[in-house]
Amino acid sequence: MSDRIRFVLDGKVRELAGVDPTLTVLRWLREVEHRTGTKEGCAEGDCGACTVVLADLRAGEVRYRAVNACLLFLPALDGKALLTVEDARGADGGLHPVQEAMVACHASQCGFCTPGFVMSLVALYESEPAPSRRRLDDVLAGNLCRCTGYRPIVAAARQAYASGERSALAAQQAQLAALLASVRREGTLALEHGGRRFFAPRTLAALAEILERHPGARLVAGGTDAGLWVTKQHRTLETLVSLASVEELLRVTVTDTHLELGAAVTYADAHAVLAAHHPDLGELVRRIGSQQIRNMGTLAGNVANASPIGDTLPALLALDATLVLQRGGARRELPLDGFFTGYRQTALRPGELIAAIRLPARSPDRAFRAYKVSKRFDQDISAVCGAFAVTLAGDRVRDVRLCYGGAAATPLRARAAERALLGRPWDEAAVAAALPVLDGELAPISDARATAGYRRLVAKNLLRKFQLETAPGRAAPPAGTRVLAAPEEA
Amino acid sequence: MRRARESRPEAAGAVGAPLGHDSARRHVTGEARYVDDLPEPRDLLHAFLRLSERAHARVTRLDVTGVAAAPGVAAVLTARDLPAENDIGPVLPGDKVFADGLVEYWGQSLFAVAAETLDQARAAASRAGIAYEDLPAVLTVEEALARRSFVLPTQVLRRGASAAARARAPHRLSGRLAIGGQEHFYLEGQVAMALPREGGTFLVHSSTQHPSEVQHLVAKVLGIPASAVTVEVRRMGGAFGGKETQAAPVACVAALLAWRTGRPVKLRLDRDDDMIFTGKRHDFLAEYEVGFDGEGRIRGLDLTLASRCGFSPDLSGAINDRAMLHADNCYHLQDVTITSHRCKTNTVSNTAFRGFGGPQGMMAIEQIVDEIARALALDPLEVRRRNFYGRGERDETPYGMKVEDHLLPELVAELERSSDYPARRRAIARFNAQSPWQKRGIALTPVKFGISFTATEMNQAGALVHVYTDGSVHLNHGGTEMGQGLFIKVAQVVADELGVGVDRVQITATTTDQVPNTSPTAASSGSDLNGQAARAAARTIKKRLAACAAAALGGKPEEVVFAGGQARLGRRALGFAELAALAHRERVSLSATGYYRTPKLHYDRRRQRGRPFYYFAWGAAVAEVQIDTLTGEYRVLRADLLHDCGSSINPAVDLGQVEGGFVQGMGWLTTEELWWDAAGRLGTHAPSTYKIPACGDVPEDFRVTLLHAPNREASVHRSKAVGEPPLMLGISVFHALKDAVAAVGDHRLSPRLDAPATPERVLLAVEELRARRAPAELEEAAE
Repeated sequence: MSDRIRFVLDGKVRELAGVDPTLTVLRWLREVEHRTGTKEGCAEGDCGACTVVLADLRAGEVRYRAVNACLLFLPALDGKALLTVEDARGADGGLHPVQEAMVACHASQCGFCTPGFVMSLVALYESEPAPSRRRLDDVLAGNLCRCTGYRPIVAAARQAYASGERSALAAQQAQLAALLASVRREGTLALEHGGRRFFAPRTLAALAEILERHPGARLVAGGTDAGLWVTKQHRTLETLVSLASVEELLRVTVTDTHLELGAAVTYADAHAVLAAHHPDLGELVRRIGSQQIRNMGTLAGNVANASPIGDTLPALLALDATLVLQRGGARRELPLDGFFTGYRQTALRPGELIAAIRLPARSPDRAFRAYKVSKRFDQDISAVCGAFAVTLAGDRVRDVRLCYGGAAATPLRARAAERALLGRPWDEAAVAAALPVLDGELAPISDARATAGYRRLVAKNLLRKFQLETAPGRAAPPAGTRVLAAPEEA
Repeated sequence: MRRARESRPEAAGAVGAPLGHDSARRHVTGEARYVDDLPEPRDLLHAFLRLSERAHARVTRLDVTGVAAAPGVAAVLTARDLPAENDIGPVLPGDKVFADGLVEYWGQSLFAVAAETLDQARAAASRAGIAYEDLPAVLTVEEALARRSFVLPTQVLRRGASAAARARAPHRLSGRLAIGGQEHFYLEGQVAMALPREGGTFLVHSSTQHPSEVQHLVAKVLGIPASAVTVEVRRMGGAFGGKETQAAPVACVAALLAWRTGRPVKLRLDRDDDMIFTGKRHDFLAEYEVGFDGEGRIRGLDLTLASRCGFSPDLSGAINDRAMLHADNCYHLQDVTITSHRCKTNTVSNTAFRGFGGPQGMMAIEQIVDEIARALALDPLEVRRRNFYGRGERDETPYGMKVEDHLLPELVAELERSSDYPARRRAIARFNAQSPWQKRGIALTPVKFGISFTATEMNQAGALVHVYTDGSVHLNHGGTEMGQGLFIKVAQVVADELGVGVDRVQITATTTDQVPNTSPTAASSGSDLNGQAARAAARTIKKRLAACAAAALGGKPEEVVFAGGQARLGRRALGFAELAALAHRERVSLSATGYYRTPKLHYDRRRQRGRPFYYFAWGAAVAEVQIDTLTGEYRVLRADLLHDCGSSINPAVDLGQVEGGFVQGMGWLTTEELWWDAAGRLGTHAPSTYKIPACGDVPEDFRVTLLHAPNREASVHRSKAVGEPPLMLGISVFHALKDAVAAVGDHRLSPRLDAPATPERVLLAVEELRARRAPAELEEAAE
């Protein structure tokens, strides 16, 4: 039953058969292909030294996305083109404008992180015109450099854009599109090697059938966590089923009453629509992992993973998200509020999967804010995340949601504190009175990210901050409640 | 955004030109090869190290029979299986290839296995039978001090009578500061590949700053002469001190397994094992009692520095010495006692890291000066300035060295002006007055860093230069390239000397069979030492060529000028290639070694007196930050740096060192936090939990200027060393954060803030200050 993985490399279609489906693209490049430009820095998707670019066809256009080769299993290449640092140059050996600018701006010192930076910037250069400094920080947050202090790398990005040069990649886009069309797959990708199986179905029906035959299969969407099971925990994964290509799970639906994200929609693809509906949720999603991780990972994966520090979970809870769950042909809906049953435990039944996340449409009388507090601002996991929603009747609290990550064994909804605020005026005194109640609901731990005491304190202070920002009579958030927004004065 | 001053207009040839890194094109194309990228020999074995899972324990059972029998395994080595010595301590004994019955930190190597694939080696290693008998573990500086647990004897540096001077001073205060360690986080982890060659010799490719030491230690553990081992390193993917001694165990294990199997062996630590297994920057505890006058001048100081050395001495002696020698920073201390405890703990043995103890010593004195300013309600910059070394008076360091090249007063005045410090301090006060939750702070901190190895014998270097008959030049020296741009700088020196273009100079890998007995590339000394040695070699050849040219062109050898690819004598000239071919025909040697030793150095370590440094490098930085007093989060809004590079050999490379050093120093004091659990297990062993600065952490407004002032000492082209000093410019960020926290109490109380100033520590400092402020305000109200 074993298919071949078909993808484009070096302008040619490559077919791989008889490979371990959990072999990472990084190891394949380095150990099998001896293509050593792509480096391993951490094997956990945090340093970006292994950054490569995946190209695929989206609405007939070639789309370039930077990803971490260290977390990417080989089958993820199916139907796509893989571009590594060796491909950034033109056929004549001429450097890509990004490479040219990196040399001119002294943007490499030891050079080990450099191929990863090049590929992050190549993906950007081929996708977006004139990025802002903020956008550059965003795109580069997933590439760590220990030598330069980044300034010359940012300068190189700007210089490349200023050159306005068309790259060899852009010049060959039509050929690449044709090649990509030739490797497009209609049916399920099914691989088997050495007792390991991998399936990537195209339809929900095919997915249901596979899950029926392989009830013990692990589901993956972006695979950013599954990658770690292999690279960090050295676990053997016997049967993996990828949701990433299931047509029905890739949909984003916006109606008058709700917004629905299919389970396979990546953070990157969800960002714009989320930001339009709930700016703070958009900002939270922007700060998840890195651009590379957001190009792979999904909100549904974050939910299914059920980590108490899952970055999006408090916000989804505060926004009253509903999960659409599916098993075979049967669907049910479950409020997210009832989903987390214990430390990394969920209400998912055997064989059941999250098909979609549904968020109610934005309500003008409900104020929502999300705050992620981490040791480092970009590309870190929350020490504490607080997400709050309040609806007022006059100046009094009609409805309130206080949700936290990093404050207990599960994503936490502080119901007692919510009750303490109901019907009260939405002012500092009411919040002060609710804080001891909130304190009683928090059960944080101490670990490498933060102490329990700090988590407790920040959780309470975030509620104070929320009140300060949303107090009645405030037309806009008062100046100076967030340090990490752009500086107030230009 | 950046202003690097133009290179010296009078600079002739390559020296002074802002040339790119020699490997820049290979970096951006992925063609630059690191050890793990080298073509693998056909019969290569992959090694894996099994690390201990106790901080302090007797190993009561270590059964590797299951490991040896596992699929693909070619060899297993424990401490009992070694052909010669197990100890690889770099200065003093204590560091072992494999633990021998006793583990002294969580992560010490127990045994190594070599197999056909890395997966097989790792799987095999998990099959060992290991049993421990736990022993009490000493994990922290405090515990070690309480138990008088030291790796080396306590040292005292004393001048005058500090206690009496303190007693006489109008004001006194005391305090303590905890200063965290730092993980190097070189992007390329530790790696070595050892290849057995004929006649019982070995070639070892090692990612190391110290090829000669790796060579000697490999020879020692194999029980063979050093001449039978060649160590080669073309480049490292970053090092920062972390590959000075820490590369040796990896190389030794690879070599031992190659010896045992007769096959090439590669050992590459994955990131987690690398961070658990290898040493870091020492964390320090500084305690002080200081007496000062009403102007803020220090009258008497007692400072105790205690560092966590880990289980073995490694380089801790020299590192703690340097901490003591930098506890003055830029300040004259007449009556001073500095006591240095080198604590032994059951944690990884801490090691060299850019600055080598200097940063910790400097942090201590900067804290003291800042506390004095806050106690007197003076601008900390004013108090700093009042304590600066003088010229011709108050100019002797506590260890008896005169501060002769004192650039600081002008440098600080220039930075104060260019950064608009006074106006910005006023603007910050206005901002803070109207901002209840967000506070800003600013600080200017200076740096004086002593250049030379404090172990005088290490201040020497060798080089080898060949000129071929086509006029191309082969350059080799003992320095290693870790990204700092050493190779291009030395090539510039050689090109300049021979009057040829840098493109004629072939840069080659550092290898112990071309230049022997080298010092590590460390202590910022790379270009100073190797630049001079390479220049000496080039001069020797030049002299011989000049004689040939003079004979051919008719004239005196000393009148031959080498420039523009020619040897010129008056109006006549010979092309450099032509001259090289001519010299060869005339049977003149076109190969020479060069050697250099730093002059003027003498240091009596027992008395802690002398001249340990050839000269000082100077710099200063202004940082402005904003903190969120509800969460402790912060941003660095702006940083202005002015740094002394002497007459820079390559201003582009030097600028990169200054910027990168600042950001690394800022990371050390802000988000880079090492965390161990109660059992002594490192919890921050990957970038998911250990947070070095990311792109967005760098101040958007980042103004960096190099101060070009010729070194008054006769360094290579009057340049100055630049590797380490700028790291300490990052101290400005820590003090700006402290200043912002102080704004919470209207600058009437001094914050209690330790390093690293994570958002957590900033928030706790804010809370603690608020708690102290409340009773103080009540008291005031009562009055």
